Amino acid sequence: MIQVKNLTHRYGDRVALSNVSFEVKKGEIFGLLGPNGGGKSTLFRILSTMMVPTEGQALIAGFDVERNPGEVRRHVGVVFQTQSLDKALTVEENLRAQGHLHGLSGAILRDRMERAMEQLGLSDRRKDLVEALSGGLRRRVEIAKALLHKPQVLLMDEASTGLDPAARRELSKHVENLREGEGVTILLTTHILSEADRCDRLVLLHQGKIVAHGTPGQLRSSIGGDVVVLETADTKSLAERIEQRFGLQSSVMDGTVRVEIQNGHRFIAEVMEAFPGTIESVGLHKPTLEDVFVRETGASIE
Amino acid sequence: MSSFFLPAATLWQRELVRFWRQKSRVMGVVASPLVFWLVIGLGSNDLGRFYSGALVLTVMFSAIFSTITIIEDRREGFLLSMLVSPAPRTSLVLGKIMGSATLAWIQGIIFLAFAPLAGVSIHPMEILPVAGAIFLISFTLTGLGFVIAWKMNSTAGFHGIMNLLLLPMWMLSGSLFTMATAHGVIKAIMRVNPLTYSISLLNYTLHLPNADPGPVLSVTITAAMGLLLVLACGVLAAQKATKSAA
Repeated sequence: MIQVKNLTHRYGDRVALSNVSFEVKKGEIFGLLGPNGGGKSTLFRILSTMMVPTEGQALIAGFDVERNPGEVRRHVGVVFQTQSLDKALTVEENLRAQGHLHGLSGAILRDRMERAMEQLGLSDRRKDLVEALSGGLRRRVEIAKALLHKPQVLLMDEASTGLDPAARRELSKHVENLREGEGVTILLTTHILSEADRCDRLVLLHQGKIVAHGTPGQLRSSIGGDVVVLETADTKSLAERIEQRFGLQSSVMDGTVRVEIQNGHRFIAEVMEAFPGTIESVGLHKPTLEDVFVRETGASIE
Repeated sequence: MSSFFLPAATLWQRELVRFWRQKSRVMGVVASPLVFWLVIGLGSNDLGRFYSGALVLTVMFSAIFSTITIIEDRREGFLLSMLVSPAPRTSLVLGKIMGSATLAWIQGIIFLAFAPLAGVSIHPMEILPVAGAIFLISFTLTGLGFVIAWKMNSTAGFHGIMNLLLLPMWMLSGSLFTMATAHGVIKAIMRVNPLTYSISLLNYTLHLPNADPGPVLSVTITAAMGLLLVLACGVLAAQKATKSAA
């Protein structure tokens, strides 16, 4: 449904995207995970036809975003990170205006509006001014708005930014329902791990490059076993000593040393015995997407 | 056909609904030219002399303020979803300009209520040409506002534009002094200033003095300028972006 081929984008000398390629299948929820400035927004702007790429090609529903933006816009619904609602208008008025922009009117538009409001649980708020709505509700209006023209693809840019965990879960539920009910293909950008975990597949973007891709499960299991996080005053020397003593590669980040290892609990006992008094705290967890990101880039997502 | 006019109409309607819900805006736009006019007019004891200038200033403020919202709207706001909709850009430009021009026109008409103070009495039969002239001026100034706003990345540079371009343009339009008494250089500038023709057009329809350079030339130049600016807006909006959000 979405094909991105060797996409490169430069702002002057700065490379924002470097040779990015991936495909999204119909009905998938696909995530672009990465820190701010990693290239997600650039990629999003190109896919949503707001910007023309320097090199490469992107196709949505078979249409080229650069050569045929009109067709792409007909098949894509876009939910922006920033607000795109008119706060001085009501929910219904916002939706109606959006429908008109897509050339919808009359009974068809009314039906679509009803359906979209129902799907996102907005029916009883229809007469409310947008400025009176909470952040979570506004997000849902944004999504309802993006669905009016029955797009095959929904693009969502950091849609859950600024929402509390409860509103975020609610939003995810609505997104999941859309995929189930309407078969909409969804591409979302995020830097929130829990949200990335709910995607079917994702790519990790760092400094404009794809550093890893796969299902959340695949990505996590690419790290064998457990992740042990050691806190110490001198991280560098501890990392060196672990390599000498155990022959293990570790990564240093934010005052911690991270080691990926099978049977982490045994390693903890050994490492504590080996360097008594140097380790201030110890943690063990099953690999997360953050760990995958740290391993591939040496940097943190958030 | 409907895919062209429907988006334009909905944007036009949106401007009006917003305006209606924020009625304090009317006061803000009408108040400063009104004070300006009363101070200069009463100070020089000739309110009639400065009336059309103050009316054009009202229209100009309204037109510029409502088009300047484009700058922020494009980064965060309604304009974003317009830009990723299949509606033709020209239709969006038309809707936005007609909406803003209508608001400027309404505020110009509100200012007409002060006409008796200027010693101007408008015969009911003359309402139409006066309203028409104000609309033409609103349309042209909105086009100008749009061209300026579209090219700007932030509202920060807007004060410069206001002080270095728009206000001098207004001052050199015959709003404060007539072309006949001006110094040669100033006179030449006034002759090429499109706003000069807006002032003379208003003076003509309101039967005020200084209606030079005559109604035909004034209407032609104001209308031509308006069309030219709208075309420019269309061209600007149709450009493909490689850089900013728009």
